[in-house]
Amino acid sequence: MGSTSPATEDPGAVPTGTPARGPSASGSIWKDAGRQLIRNPVFIVCSLIVLVVVSWALFPTLWTDKGKLECDININRTPPSWFPGTPPPGYDTDLDGYPLGTTTLGCDMYSQLIWGARPSIVVAVVVTALTALIGTTLGLWAGYYGGRVDTVISRVTDIFLGLPFLLGALLFLALLKSQSIWAVILVLVVLGWTQMARIVRGTALSLRDQDFVEAARAMGATNHRIILRHILPNALAPIIVLCTIYIGSFIAAEATLTFLGVGLKPPEVSWGITIAQGQAFAVAGFPHLLVFPCTVLVVTVLSFILMGDALRDALDPKGR
Amino acid sequence: MSEVVLAAADVRKYFPITAGVFKRTVGQVQAVDGVSLELYEGETLGIVGESGCGKSTLARVLMGLIPATSGSIRLEGEELVGMKPARLRQIRRDVQIIFQDPYSSLDPRMTVGNIIGEPFEIHTEVAPKGDRRRRVEELLEVVGLSPEHINRYPHQFSGGQRQRIGIARALALRPKVIICDEPVSALDISVQAQVVNLLENLQDEFGLSYIFVAHDLSVVRHISDRVAVMYLGKLMELGTEDQIYERPMHPYTQALLSAVPVPDPRLRGRREQIVLTGDLPSAADPPSGCRFRTRCWKAQDICAEQEPVLEVRAHGDHPSACHFAEVKVVTRATH
Amino acid sequence: MSDSDILSAGPVPEPADSKAIASLHFDPTAPLLDVQELRVDFHTHEGVAHAVNGVSFTLEAGRTLGILGESGCGKSVTAQAIMGILDSPPARVVGGRVLLSGVDLLTLNEDDRRQVRANRIGMVFQDALSALNPVFKVGWQLGELFRKRLGYSRTQARHEAVRLLDLVGIPAAAQRVDDYPHQFSGGMRQRVMIAMALALDPDVIIADEPTTALDVTVQAQIMKLLADLQAERNMGLILITHDIGVVADVADDICVMYAGREVEKADVYSIYDKPAHPYTQALLESIPRVDMKGKQLASIQGLPPNLTQMPPGCAFHPRCRFARQRCRDDTPPLYTVSPGRLSACHFFQEVLDT
Repeated sequence: MGSTSPATEDPGAVPTGTPARGPSASGSIWKDAGRQLIRNPVFIVCSLIVLVVVSWALFPTLWTDKGKLECDININRTPPSWFPGTPPPGYDTDLDGYPLGTTTLGCDMYSQLIWGARPSIVVAVVVTALTALIGTTLGLWAGYYGGRVDTVISRVTDIFLGLPFLLGALLFLALLKSQSIWAVILVLVVLGWTQMARIVRGTALSLRDQDFVEAARAMGATNHRIILRHILPNALAPIIVLCTIYIGSFIAAEATLTFLGVGLKPPEVSWGITIAQGQAFAVAGFPHLLVFPCTVLVVTVLSFILMGDALRDALDPKGR
Repeated sequence: MSEVVLAAADVRKYFPITAGVFKRTVGQVQAVDGVSLELYEGETLGIVGESGCGKSTLARVLMGLIPATSGSIRLEGEELVGMKPARLRQIRRDVQIIFQDPYSSLDPRMTVGNIIGEPFEIHTEVAPKGDRRRRVEELLEVVGLSPEHINRYPHQFSGGQRQRIGIARALALRPKVIICDEPVSALDISVQAQVVNLLENLQDEFGLSYIFVAHDLSVVRHISDRVAVMYLGKLMELGTEDQIYERPMHPYTQALLSAVPVPDPRLRGRREQIVLTGDLPSAADPPSGCRFRTRCWKAQDICAEQEPVLEVRAHGDHPSACHFAEVKVVTRATH
Repeated sequence: MSDSDILSAGPVPEPADSKAIASLHFDPTAPLLDVQELRVDFHTHEGVAHAVNGVSFTLEAGRTLGILGESGCGKSVTAQAIMGILDSPPARVVGGRVLLSGVDLLTLNEDDRRQVRANRIGMVFQDALSALNPVFKVGWQLGELFRKRLGYSRTQARHEAVRLLDLVGIPAAAQRVDDYPHQFSGGMRQRVMIAMALALDPDVIIADEPTTALDVTVQAQIMKLLADLQAERNMGLILITHDIGVVADVADDICVMYAGREVEKADVYSIYDKPAHPYTQALLESIPRVDMKGKQLASIQGLPPNLTQMPPGCAFHPRCRFARQRCRDDTPPLYTVSPGRLSACHFFQEVLDT
């Protein structure tokens, strides 16, 4: 479907001899972008990976029949039999039904990674959604209204940008004295909305001076209407690109905070926790404790970021 | 003469120049400085001048799109300056605008149908909901596009076709006045003629009044009934097309007209070309007295001391703002 | 062997001569610029566009050739191909010769090509603001040519920059030489561009829409400056524009382009007096004139063709009032209307007679 030209879908073509300027005779830029993305192997691979990880988060039982806390401390830190290197004496290497070996606490590594996707994805998606909401709203106001509104919003943005991310997050989480998933979300949102606001502000600022916005004003459109009907739809492309990249970064941020001990805590299961628990033993002859969770984390984060890049290229007509 | 639709009296627009973190005002750009003019029903008033003379700002101030700093603008007797925003939005129906750039004037994310139909969504009283699509199709036909194009996006059209879409949008609310801000200067010559013809036909059909802002003096002459010449925020001369082009009184008008290249090589070297020296002074710090004096070959002491008012001068039949105004024919060969 | 012997053994840099380009033999008796059957293709995702489709013209010293056409007709691409500054990809020169005093520029290597630019052909662009580097003082940018090409010292180069700015009529050149491009007005920036094009005393100047971005009063100044400089230095000038008025004022010969081809070529007087191609005729008719007041402007119906989907036969036939079956079938060659006058229309006689 995506490969058929939309031009054939509506009859009454532009009169013959029309010079097709800019992107070919097709529909909206979303259709154009879609057709370009379908032909981009990087995008296809990344979105497949993302789909798999998201399905881990949504339906973990589809992927594993072991429970979240189904662990046996007697078989802890067992590397899979196919894993290179010899484990220290006393550790079994061929356990049936543990394709990736076991974790520090003797849980199945494979199912721990599946179960661990949920908190990571939930944190990342919720934080990104809230960030986008706050950042877009403030950015649109600042950029469109300008003047005093802009001055206030921009100064507040600057103050938050001035906080070093890691230090700020450590400090806030230490002060909050709560290590629930919601505390992590709150801290990431508070520290994360600024960049979105700045980028949306910049886009709104350049759109504000376009003639079509002036035309809408000349028709008697209210500011509210102009923002919703003209500014937002035109700013949507960079917002979506940014969101995709944000999800990746927030997955990494959650893992970082958890690793540093201020994020999620067991009995919660997450990639960050698995990494944190494994790091002490990784150098003591159990590299698989780090290799597997880190690989999953890096591949997931990278997939989101590359997907965002591909989207940006597809949506930016200048790149063609 | 027919009735006055739009009347401006001593309109000023100063833009503050701000500096520093606290946006302190350090000066003012006098973009429009004391302009008075009237627009009659069914006529075209051309406004010409070099870039930076304030003609586009004046056009937007006249339609209330940029609030005037002072003065009075009356649309069919109703004062626009200081009008409540809600009422101003309502009254916008009557004055619409066509832009220069056919690319940035249409929202790239909207279909042609939505672009032309947007005015009906804002002024819901103009067309009942079920009637809107038909109205949009009619408008497309009026401007010479196929109604089948209703679901297409702006980038699928050429510059001239996009300009037609912009015109259809401006026509939707059946305005009384349309401000045309350089509507053909971004178009190729052959397409320019098509759009000029369309504008003229629409004027006859709907009884529109145009304010036609342009720097192309030949196009302005073709389409305008009266012409105002603007320099650095002020009107230099105001008259009928014939008066301005055949009997220009103001040295600036004369220089402007003589600089227009004539598409006839036989006139080469046989026309007097007044080549102005220097550049347009800054509107933030305009010259004292007559604003044109720094580039004028007639300037004397009085020009720096006393500002010439726009009035009918001796030997003239139309107002001009020059102490030494006199007719000089520049559009024809001199010998 | 002493150190000084080793030092002096190296090749001594020769005093640079702005005209001499090693290995190139310019023939002073050959025409100054002779473009033959130039073809440029653009490879786009919609297909191959023949942007320039067999353009030929000759320019002699001291003459001005006006290339007239609407956007997309290939006039700027022709200029860029002559200068060797086409973006390729997507553009590719696929045929023809560009002879500068007998030397085919298209066969030169990139180094020689660079030498020819500036030394022998100078170019003035439409948008001076983007053609000048915003972070360098104009004097430095002008002087760079002398330092790089002629090995001048900084003081000498600066001196030359001031001389050039003065030549193009920039007041207080000695002070303005230290200003940045954005500190100049549009007209003054265009003068700086002209100074840059003139710096190494070229034989040919190509001006691509040099006054399109300027107001009429400034346009008059710039055109006068170009004409004066050309007469003084006996240069060949190619003026590329869409403005029928501007070419009428300065050109000796005119070449009208449509959809990548020349459709008419003649001296300026005959073309304005009686055009021999329907496109030229329609262009001239579509300018508003005093005696047309209150009447409809003659406009050309329709739009220029998409260069990737050219109509068969004559490219202008879908918009032409003289078109008939033959125009759809045969591409018209450039017929000789009278000596030195060419028209690519099967029915040029009919056009002349209307």
